[in-house]
Amino acid sequence: MEKKVADKELKELGKKLVKDIKRGKNPSMDVPIRTLSNVIYSDKSKMITLGNKIAKRYFFNVAHVRKFTQTTEVAALARDLLEAQKHMSLREVFYAMRRTLPNSNIDIVNEQVESNKAVEDLELITDLLREQLHINANKLGAAAGRVVIKDKGDLIDWSKLGSGGWSIPSSVEELEFKKVDAKFVLYMEKAAIWERLHEDKLWDKMKCAIIASQGQATRGIRRLLQRMNTELGLPVYVLTDFDPYGIYIYSVLKTGSISLAHISARLAIPEAKFLGLTADDIIKYDLKRQIIKFKDVDLKRLKEISKYDWFKNKKDWQRQFKLMEELKGKVELDALVTKGITFISDKYIPEKMKNKEWLD
Amino acid sequence: MNKNAEDYAREMKEISPAEFFEKNRHFLGYENPVKSLLTVVKEAVDNSLEFTCDAGILPDISISVKQIDEEDKYKIAIKDNGPGVLAEQVPRAFGKVLYGSRFHKLKQSRSLFGIGIKGVTLYSQLTTGKPIKVTTGIGKGPIHEFELMIDVSKNEPHVISHNELKNPDKWHGTKLEFFVVGKYIDKGKSTIPEFLKQTAIANPYANIVFDGPTGKITFPVAVKELPKPPKEIKPHPYGVELGILRRLSRTTKARNVIGFLRNDFSRVGKSSAEEILKIAKIDKNHHPMELTHEELERLHKAMQTVKLIAPPTDCLSPLGEELITKGLQKEIEADYFAAVSRPPAVYNGTPFLVEVGLAYGGKLDPNSEAQLLRFANKVPLTYHQSDCAITKAVEETDWRRYGLQQSNESMPNGPLIILVDFVSVWVPFTTEGKQAVASYPDIIKEIKLALQDAGRKMKIFISKRRRSQEFQIRQNLFERYIPEVAIALSKLSDVPKEKIKTELESLLKKGVKEGTEETKIEESEENGEESS
Repeated sequence: MEKKVADKELKELGKKLVKDIKRGKNPSMDVPIRTLSNVIYSDKSKMITLGNKIAKRYFFNVAHVRKFTQTTEVAALARDLLEAQKHMSLREVFYAMRRTLPNSNIDIVNEQVESNKAVEDLELITDLLREQLHINANKLGAAAGRVVIKDKGDLIDWSKLGSGGWSIPSSVEELEFKKVDAKFVLYMEKAAIWERLHEDKLWDKMKCAIIASQGQATRGIRRLLQRMNTELGLPVYVLTDFDPYGIYIYSVLKTGSISLAHISARLAIPEAKFLGLTADDIIKYDLKRQIIKFKDVDLKRLKEISKYDWFKNKKDWQRQFKLMEELKGKVELDALVTKGITFISDKYIPEKMKNKEWLD
Repeated sequence: MNKNAEDYAREMKEISPAEFFEKNRHFLGYENPVKSLLTVVKEAVDNSLEFTCDAGILPDISISVKQIDEEDKYKIAIKDNGPGVLAEQVPRAFGKVLYGSRFHKLKQSRSLFGIGIKGVTLYSQLTTGKPIKVTTGIGKGPIHEFELMIDVSKNEPHVISHNELKNPDKWHGTKLEFFVVGKYIDKGKSTIPEFLKQTAIANPYANIVFDGPTGKITFPVAVKELPKPPKEIKPHPYGVELGILRRLSRTTKARNVIGFLRNDFSRVGKSSAEEILKIAKIDKNHHPMELTHEELERLHKAMQTVKLIAPPTDCLSPLGEELITKGLQKEIEADYFAAVSRPPAVYNGTPFLVEVGLAYGGKLDPNSEAQLLRFANKVPLTYHQSDCAITKAVEETDWRRYGLQQSNESMPNGPLIILVDFVSVWVPFTTEGKQAVASYPDIIKEIKLALQDAGRKMKIFISKRRRSQEFQIRQNLFERYIPEVAIALSKLSDVPKEKIKTELESLLKKGVKEGTEETKIEESEENGEESS
C-alpha cells in the first residue's frame, strides 16, 4: 500500500514536468525553502515546523539546472528502487548518481552532501519520507532493555542480545512493540556510555530501555524514541556532554531541526527531558577539574543556542547557559568515571531520577 | 697654447655635413648592424613613397635584401615606379648632403631624417667602400645609370660612371642598388618585414614586394586611390622658434619687417602685424635683414602674445577612416576593425591631427599585451616607444571601459592592435633619432580623444560578442543536461525518453523564458545531522 502511494506520487511529479514541457513551458517544481527564515517554532506543538515559503526550481535556468537534474535523477532512482523492492543507503544513492554528463566535465553530483540534499528536496516536493522512497541512512545506534519487538517477522528481545545490543535500523516504521516492561527510555549521545550502562545492567535494575547514538541522533533513532514516547507512553530522558553541541542534540531531539522541519511531526519528542550533564552536576560532583576549555566557536554556538525561541523564555535553561559561559569549558559524560567505575549507574542516574533533577 | 678658440672655430666650420654624418651616425639610425640595415631600407622606402605619391602615382615598390658571400655584407636593391630623377640632378640628389634643407619647408612630409637618402650613400661607402648605383627613367628619353660616391670632406658628389640606356617602354621610376654591412633579423618588433608590414598598413594604396634572405613577402594594394596631397603652408607665429625666425629673417624677400610678417607667416594681417611690432617696439619699416638679436627676441616674444586665428588645416593629408580600416584589414587577421580620424587641432601654432585604428580578435593573441603601431605622417616609428606621446596617451586611456583588461596606466591586455598616426606639417620629435613624438598636452589630449572614440566603437562589438558567447555557453550547458533529464523524466512519467528529449531540444531552440523565482538557498546553519 505504502509503495503504491509513493510510486503514484513520483509518477505525478514526472507527469507534471512532462506536461510543462509539452505546453512549451519551462518545466519547474515547487520546493519548500528550508532555511532559518522559513521555519517556525510553535509554542503550542512545541516543535519546529516549516513555513510556507516556496521556491520554484526550473530546468532552463543556468543557476537551477544542476539541482533540477539532481532532483529528477534521485526521483527516478527511487522509482526504480520501489519497482525492484530494494533499498539503498544515502552513500549508495550518491554513487548511483555520480556520473559525468557526456561531452562535458560536469558531474551530476560531486559530493554526497548534494545527493543528500536532493533526497531531502524530493521528500519536500512529493511529501514522501525518505524511508518511503526506499532510501536509508547508515545505522549508528544501539538499544537494550526490557522490551520485545517484532521486526520483519523476527521476534527480538532487547534484553537477550549480548554485549552489542540491538542495532537500530534506519527505518523503524514497520517495527512492532510486542512486550514492554520498561518505565522510561534513557537516550545518550555516546556509545561508550551506553556500553557502561549495559555492562552494569542498568536497564534491568531500573526497568528501562537504553538507546545510544554516535553524536547527533539519526532519523531512525529519533523515530524509534518518538514511537516509544507516543505509542508506549514512556518518558524519554536525555544524557549528553555538558557543552553547546550536547544541548543542541537535545534540542533537535525535542523540537526538530531546520533541515528536517518538514517531518518534525514524525521525529520530534516535545516531552523529552534533559537529565545531564548540567552545571549543577559539575559543582555537586566536583568535576571542575575535568573541564576542557572552550574555543571561540563553542562560545559563539552557545550564544546562538541560548537565543533559540524554545530556550529563550526558560529560566532554568538560561541559568545553565550562564553557568556554562562562566565555566568557559565543557565536561564530558565520560568524566564521571573519575568518581568510580560504576558511579554513573550506581549513583548518578538513580539519584537524579529519584530527585527528578531534570530540565525540560 | 697650441690652439686658441679661433682655431677651434675654424675647425668646426670646416666639418662638412657628410663628415658630421660619419662622426655622428649613431644619432641617425646607424648605431648597430641590425638597426643600420633597417635604416637604409627605411630611408629608401620612405623616399620612394614620398616622391611617388607626390607625383600622384600609385606606388609599386620592390625591395630586395640579399646576403652576399661575406657574412655580414648585404646587397640591397629598391625599385619604385615614381616620376624618376632628371639626369643632371642625380649626383646632387644622392651624393650631396644638404643638411637642414627642409627647415623652412612647412609641409607634411614623410622624411624623418634631414640627411635622408644621402645617408644611404654615405653608409654604404663607409662600410663596404662601394659606390651606390642609381638607375632612373622619367617616362621619356633614355634611362640613366649612375655609380656615385660622396667626397666626404668637400660634401660633393663623385660620379664614378654614367651610362645611358635605351628606354623603349618609356619607363619612369628609380632603382637604387648598394652594398652595406649589417645584420638581418626577422623576429621581433624592429625588423624589416615588420617595418614593411606597418608601412603597408598605413599606405594601403601601395604595392610592396619584399624579397628578403628568408623568402618573399608581398603586401598587396588594397585601394586604388591616393589621399589628397598635402599643401605647403607658411609657419604660424605661435609655432616659430627663435632660431627659425632668425633664419627666415635672413632669407626673406620682404624689404621691411611689416612685409616680412605679413608675407612669410600665416594668419598675420596688417593690423595684427602692426600690433606685434608695437609690442616689440620695432619700426615697421626696419629691414628684416638688419634685425639685431635683441630685436628678434622681442619680436619673437611679441608674436606669441598677439591674438591670432589658428593656422589653416588644409595642409594636412590624413588617411581617413576608410583607408585605415582597409590597411589594417589587408595585413591583420582580426574579427573587428574600427577607425577614427579626428578633425585637425593645433599645438604651439602647428596644425596636426590624429588618426586611430583598432583591430580586435581573430588570430591576435588574447593573452598578451595589446600591440601598438605608432606612425608619424604614415611612417612607422620603430624605436623609443616608451618616450612617445602616443604610448603615453594609450596608457592613460582607461581601456577597461571598452571591455579590455588593463592594470593602472599601462598597455591594455587583449587581442588588440592599436594604430595611431600623428599627422602634422611639423612632427615634434623628442630625440635625434626621430622615433618618438613629444608629449605636448594638446597632442596627448587629441590622441586620447581619438582612442576613446575608437574604443567606444569597439566596445559595442565586444559586448555583443560577449553576449553571444554567453548565450552559446548557456545553450551548450542545457544541451548536456537534456539527455539525462529526459531519461529520468521518462522513468518517472512512463513517457518515451526520445519524445521528451526532442521536446526539450525544441524548447531550447525556440528559447524559453528563464525562470528566476528561486530564492537563494542559504546554507543551513546546522551540521552533522545524518551526514553519513
